[in-house]
Amino acid sequence: MRKDWVMEAEPRIGVYICHCGVNIAANVDVEQVAQFAATLPGVVVSRNYLYMCSDPGQGLIQQDIQQHGLNRVVVASCSPRMHEPTFRGAAQQVGMNPYLVEMANIREQCSWVHSNREQATEKAKALVASTVAKAAQLEPLEEREVGVTPGAVVIGGGIAGMCAALDVADAGFPVYLVEQSDRLGGRLKDLNCTFPTLEPVAGLLGPLIERIQNHPQVTVFLDSRVTGVEGYVGNFEVQVTPALTPDPSPPPHSPPPAGGQGGGEVVQSTNIEVGSIIVATGYDVFDPHRKPELGYGQYANVITSLEMEQRLLEGSVAVDGRQPERVAFIKCVGSRDVQIGNPYCSRVCCMVTAKQARLVRELLPESDVTVFFMDVRTFGKGAEEFYDEARGKGVLYRRGNVSEIYRRGERVVLAGEDTLQGRSFEFEADLVVLAVGMEARSDVGELSTLLKLPRSADGFFLELHPKLRPVDTAVNGVFLAGCCQGPKDIVDTVAQAKAAAASALIPLIRGTVPAESATAVVEPELCAGCGMCVEVCPFGAPALDPLWGVSRINYVLCKGCGTCAVTCPSKAIRLQHFTASQILAQVDALVEW
Amino acid sequence: MTSQGLLKTEAMVEQLELMGCIQCGKCTGGCPVARKTELNIRSLIYQMLVEPELDVDTHPELWDCTCCFTCVERCPKDVRPADLIIGLRGQLVESGRVPDTIGDALMGIFRQGNPTGIAREDRAAWAKGMEIKAAQEGCEVLFFVGCTPAYDPRVQGVTRALVRAFAAAGLDFGTLGTEESCCGNEVRRMGEAGLFEMLVEENGELIRSVGASRLVAPSPHCFNTFKNEYNLDGIQVLHYTQLVAELIEQGRLKLTQEVKKTVTYHDPCFLGKQNHIFDEPRAVLKAIPGLKLVEMDRSRERSLCCEGGGGRMWAEGTNLQERLAFQRVREAAETGAEILAVACPFCLLTLEDAVKVQGLDHSLQVMDIMELVDLALG
Repeated sequence: MRKDWVMEAEPRIGVYICHCGVNIAANVDVEQVAQFAATLPGVVVSRNYLYMCSDPGQGLIQQDIQQHGLNRVVVASCSPRMHEPTFRGAAQQVGMNPYLVEMANIREQCSWVHSNREQATEKAKALVASTVAKAAQLEPLEEREVGVTPGAVVIGGGIAGMCAALDVADAGFPVYLVEQSDRLGGRLKDLNCTFPTLEPVAGLLGPLIERIQNHPQVTVFLDSRVTGVEGYVGNFEVQVTPALTPDPSPPPHSPPPAGGQGGGEVVQSTNIEVGSIIVATGYDVFDPHRKPELGYGQYANVITSLEMEQRLLEGSVAVDGRQPERVAFIKCVGSRDVQIGNPYCSRVCCMVTAKQARLVRELLPESDVTVFFMDVRTFGKGAEEFYDEARGKGVLYRRGNVSEIYRRGERVVLAGEDTLQGRSFEFEADLVVLAVGMEARSDVGELSTLLKLPRSADGFFLELHPKLRPVDTAVNGVFLAGCCQGPKDIVDTVAQAKAAAASALIPLIRGTVPAESATAVVEPELCAGCGMCVEVCPFGAPALDPLWGVSRINYVLCKGCGTCAVTCPSKAIRLQHFTASQILAQVDALVEW
Repeated sequence: MTSQGLLKTEAMVEQLELMGCIQCGKCTGGCPVARKTELNIRSLIYQMLVEPELDVDTHPELWDCTCCFTCVERCPKDVRPADLIIGLRGQLVESGRVPDTIGDALMGIFRQGNPTGIAREDRAAWAKGMEIKAAQEGCEVLFFVGCTPAYDPRVQGVTRALVRAFAAAGLDFGTLGTEESCCGNEVRRMGEAGLFEMLVEENGELIRSVGASRLVAPSPHCFNTFKNEYNLDGIQVLHYTQLVAELIEQGRLKLTQEVKKTVTYHDPCFLGKQNHIFDEPRAVLKAIPGLKLVEMDRSRERSLCCEGGGGRMWAEGTNLQERLAFQRVREAAETGAEILAVACPFCLLTLEDAVKVQGLDHSLQVMDIMELVDLALG
């Protein structure tokens, strides 16, 4: 549809009131609303239907567009976050510009939050009236696409990063893997073996690392960090900087390196252009010094689960040269603890403890091995069976979270209550293993700022939707894999890594990404070049043209929030699809209601 | 609550948010008296959750709690188990079912402003012969003495030592004399909410009217309630160890005389566990020339409660197993220390008692930090 044809013609609006089963219809008289809508100016067709988002529902819209020559569509149903793409797509299929479709939310904003049917119906009518008023002023907008640079950067060389990198590379795209330490393998390489199969970690990691190092499409940057990110989905420019390793004996009369950095070596950053970024930076381990009542750091026989892994790898759990007779495991250290600030469960510790407890029993069959727990969460495939086997091999599980540890002679005493017996105990042990939890990495603040990635309350990176978009982020083109998004075991890490790779591949394979058209546009004749829009934009979308001195908005970065439009003192900025005249029409309709 | 002592649990469960409890056992597990009495706070919470009624009378062990608040410190779900004990005690108090001696102490506080029942007029008798400004005339630091430091002959020495130190440091301080009443910290923990409110109002008004910018208390119990439960906005509330440490650091208090002793320090629950003040008392001890400080294994957050709090100072005939104080002084003796230093009047009395009864007084002496500072001041 040509824009001038649409704008010159009289609005011919189709209104569709959705029942949404009983979600809307139970609280709103949808038939009444549909009848009312038919009386509104510009409305040519008004219907109500059970599920507008269904195929027959969409078919109704498409039929009416063709048969009644509709040039605007209003769907009164759920939140646009649910089905705006659905209805836009339906319109597009029959040749109508998708931006001529608008939605009135009479579910989340009406039927779901009010109980008085009469009042809810009146409110629904008001919402529809205001949306119809806006619809009359809608303009067709240009649908745009942006080209995509083929390639991806993966930040983090642990198992998540490597699995994600391999899938993208196998699909035929160049992958740049950035790892801040001097070797690949992440935290996994410090572990002994993994549950439930008890296969050695070296067997898991070895082949992966080899494939990464030999893959023609993969470039690995060790000892490097991401120090800059510019651009947007499909067109990122990522700056990778190697860690500074000062030359101990700089040559005499050498000029100081550029950038004012100390040391004798000049650090060269690399700029990489890619279409997608995958963040796989992993986690930190809880420091049990923060729970001083457990005596970690004070007693040599209180260690963490990671230190136990090391000992199991070395094949000996001796304390001061003697084999321990009584070994105790304490779970939930630094997890499920509101006071410490980690209210969440770290997910892996129950299995780690079962694994280590079982291995200790196998290593020292004469030893007493006891696990003190609040709950047992062995949930994965083969995990419950593994827990059964651990107990079968003589690991005793006692319910009661240990409250404090003190010394008695050579041993330590665990003070707690066996909640199933209902009795306090003082349990003497030679070796105590604290199952420490996972935490968000303390050094991700920088990366979070660079990528503009939001984090959830527990500090881990925030996924876009916990159920439906587990690897996407609020930033298009940036994906999450592994524990940087939240504690998880290897099984879930690998699954998520492959999911992130698949999502990252979508723009790469398509070669273009659609750009949302409801973005802000500057009228250059009105722009005074004051730069206020540049200052207030949270996304860095506007920029002053160096030659013309007026602001231009990058439509790919623009999220259509409208901040610049209301800030502009010259009223030079127009937010498409939310223009002043459209919004005022909505307000007028509501005020006259 | 019916006259048979049956409490309907729902209201208190909601008020105290007990639903948050996952029954992990850290509270009972860390409770210092759980191993020697019937008191099981986790189990009590569970009964509150699952039973519609609780017969409070069948739980005399409620009076065994010392209100050390280890359970509150350890709970991973931020439930406050000790608040349940205080709440249940409140039920017993309301129906008049309290152990006799505790009832006497409460009555004394009500009548004479202190639990001993000695006349209010004698509250300032400890200061005889000393020149101390009346705080009501205006001062920078209000020195709130407290009942035990005022009336108990053993502890009066500590109070006088504090006055000498403050005077030596040139501090502008004053006391409330006989107008001072019990701070109410133990009153609240014994379940007498009404009396506590009355004390907060009266004391609060009196304290605010003085216009001092700081308040210092020798007892961690007084310190705790003023800091956390009174509304004394704008007044900095300190325990004496904090103030003395500051005076030493500023050079206003000069410790010149040697005290060549090996000393170990017992962290009082209301100062350490509950208010996280561990370092200032140790700083004061380390500032004493010649003094060697050794630590017990169970120090700081794991300090073993002396059993003086929660009204236990006035509880007779309940919880007759070996006092925790006995175990504590044995732990102190094990370090090889000659002196067990304390910073709380209740700890001073209970630990000294334990030393004497066990016949350890030839090798171990219990002293308040202030008494050691007094020696160092010469």
